[in-house]
Amino acid sequence: MTTTFTDETRERAREIIARYPADRSRSALLPLLHLVQAEEGYVSPAGVAFCAEVLGLNKAQVGAVATFYTMYKRKPTGDFLVSVCTNTMCNVLGGQEVYDTLAEHLGVGHDETTADGKITLEHAECLAACDYGPVMTVNYDFFDGVDASTAVGVVDELRAGGRPMPTRGARLCTLKEMAVQLAGFADEREGAVADGGPGEPTLRGLRLAQQHGVSVPGFDPNTPIRSKAEADKAAAKAKAAEAAAKPVEAPAAQVGPVKGGDGASAPTGTPRVGEPAAATGSTAPDVKAPDDKSPQVRTAETRQPDAATPAPDAPGTKVPAETSPPAPRDAQEAEAAGVAANEPAGDGKPAGDTTGAQERNLNEASASAGGANSAGASETGAQK
Amino acid sequence: MTTPRPETLAKLTPVLTKRWLSPDAWRIGTYEQLDGYAALRKALKAHPDDLIQLIKDSGLRGRGGAGFPTGLKWGFIPQGDGKPHYLVVNADEGEPGTCKDLPLMTHDPHALVEGVIIASYAIRASRAYIYIRGEAVHAARRLRNAVQEAYDKGYLGRNILRSGYDLELVVHSGAGAYICGEETALLDSLEGFRGQPRLRPPFPATHGLYASPTVVNNVGTIASVPPIVLGGADWWKSMGTEKSSGPMIYSLSGRIVNPGQYECSMGVTLRELLELAGGMQPGHNLRFWTPGGSSTPLLAAEHLDVPLDFEGVAAAGSILGTTATQIFSDQDCPVYATYRWLEFYHHESCGKCTPCREGNYWMVRVYRRILAGQGTHEDLDTLLDTCDNILGRSFCGLGDGATSSVTSSLKYFKQDYLDYIEGRTAPKLSEKTLVGAH
Repeated sequence: MTTTFTDETRERAREIIARYPADRSRSALLPLLHLVQAEEGYVSPAGVAFCAEVLGLNKAQVGAVATFYTMYKRKPTGDFLVSVCTNTMCNVLGGQEVYDTLAEHLGVGHDETTADGKITLEHAECLAACDYGPVMTVNYDFFDGVDASTAVGVVDELRAGGRPMPTRGARLCTLKEMAVQLAGFADEREGAVADGGPGEPTLRGLRLAQQHGVSVPGFDPNTPIRSKAEADKAAAKAKAAEAAAKPVEAPAAQVGPVKGGDGASAPTGTPRVGEPAAATGSTAPDVKAPDDKSPQVRTAETRQPDAATPAPDAPGTKVPAETSPPAPRDAQEAEAAGVAANEPAGDGKPAGDTTGAQERNLNEASASAGGANSAGASETGAQK
Repeated sequence: MTTPRPETLAKLTPVLTKRWLSPDAWRIGTYEQLDGYAALRKALKAHPDDLIQLIKDSGLRGRGGAGFPTGLKWGFIPQGDGKPHYLVVNADEGEPGTCKDLPLMTHDPHALVEGVIIASYAIRASRAYIYIRGEAVHAARRLRNAVQEAYDKGYLGRNILRSGYDLELVVHSGAGAYICGEETALLDSLEGFRGQPRLRPPFPATHGLYASPTVVNNVGTIASVPPIVLGGADWWKSMGTEKSSGPMIYSLSGRIVNPGQYECSMGVTLRELLELAGGMQPGHNLRFWTPGGSSTPLLAAEHLDVPLDFEGVAAAGSILGTTATQIFSDQDCPVYATYRWLEFYHHESCGKCTPCREGNYWMVRVYRRILAGQGTHEDLDTLLDTCDNILGRSFCGLGDGATSSVTSSLKYFKQDYLDYIEGRTAPKLSEKTLVGAH
């Protein structure tokens, strides 16, 4: 099937694909979907076909991705997408009222477009501007601290052909023009990148510090970076000196980074990373928490064993090298122990989603008799 | 507005935010005049292992919510394995209440770019990606511009500053999916798939992007690297607490006089933050707040003096998260707030696992019923039971996070629920079609 896309779009598609490693062109799919929206205003069946064609995928694979993400629209959109945050904070500050007013004023509901094709309205989840709430965006540029009447003013101006200036962000372009930027191309409009200085809330803490002359003392940009090679030399010297006196093994660790224990090159150094082993997802019995700990905290700790535990090699903590296998090895062991059946993602499909991966896991789990561990691992993983 | 006391003002630590007052700091020329790329020059003269050790020594912990020690994460990358390594920056800021990464990338994008180069050099990556939230268009504009400027100046590309080190950096816009803030979902999304989390292990440290060793770090984490390289680990540790070192950007929103970004020494309390922010708005009294976004259990007025660092907040039964401090007053209803958050989790659940996909769907419906004045006492048990079945049983942290506000609001504000159920509070929603069996 032939698509209607222009040569310019095809050329841009090639540029997008070239950003990613040669055998990983699928990474270009999200920007390509933005690109087809830039031409059609939504992801049409032709757009899906186009992406499939240039990436050598089938349309179902592309469609599955396109329908997952909120920003890919499935019906034609207006020139301006007006998104009103109605998540909790903006909501209680008046965002819901803004949305309801706009919906009534424009006569459209969520994800609907006015008859003149100018405006598509949507209620959005948190837009990451809570200190400016309630906020709305037009083609994703911010109008801060809106109320029902200012919001109506903005949409009226848009419908009358005007381009109201966002409170922060660049002067408005159309939604299709914005999609080109989302596909990873620079905003070519003169001065657009420079538009939009920081608003007051962004600067408040900083201004306060400035007004009162507060800064962080002791900053010396020439502080040397400690060199392990030198530390090792010093350690060796110290050791030699010590050996001359009395054979004790400790001081080396004290002088510099644990020998060979940086975990970066040699699998020795880091303590109770515990990580791969503990974080298999088991919410289970090995985590003993005081009763007053909230279940959320406990779960978070289980998922991220170090979240609430001190950095294992926190400064000043001396680490006996032997007791501390680093993650890479743990991870490899865990993998060898049976999680390997889960083909790592990136080889074409997301982890665990390969056809038959589950089946293989199950077979392997039941097959490996001695593999209590492996069964356990995939099981907890799966449940979790 | 009364001036905060000197000891409270001393909690301010402008480090990551310090360039925001310079209106042109996003341009490379201005950035270079403000210590810009000095850390890179210094770092490229050091051995990569020494940089990893430096970050370990600094005690820097991830700024994206989980607080994992950054140096340790970098150290997990197997070296000499013959595989390509990747650095991926998680700039998919979307946790409700969180608004610290967008201003950083908009007003000081080179700080992130410089951090990316140093971190990539340390872990021996020759490709790096910044996965930025799709909706963050202005931040992306500035960031793409900064990356181009860095290429033009020889800070990116081949043979960076004649060190022999090569790095390619791509800014990749997402497309509106909260779940892509979860690191493995982000990697799947970056590979061109639906953003759904992966089973771990294997961990990204060994099988991340393209099944290769990958470090995924938050924007704030990576932007912390240049100041640490310049000022050193000991200077960094002069801020914050013993186990939570350094400064942190606290994002204050809600019923306060001066909402905004306040970069403070970790361990500052809400009482102190409120003092900095001019206090509660007239006529509002603090009732409940989130220490780090909607996925962290609510805290109440009794927690004003909890130190806001990883340990302190955990001890109070919540999570530091992203230090997105959303402040609600006695004029806000915790039941309604929780309902709106649940609508969010319901919408953003990726659908991969049943507990999260179905649990949030049903909880939203139970809340609607309660808020419509038709709830029953059993509904409260149903909510807790559903949370039990989501927490720790969902595939990733999104499901866990969804339960936070439900269980914590029931813990501190059960009376508010009962008032709806027993008819003392007027219904807030008028739902005609109610679902559920009772």
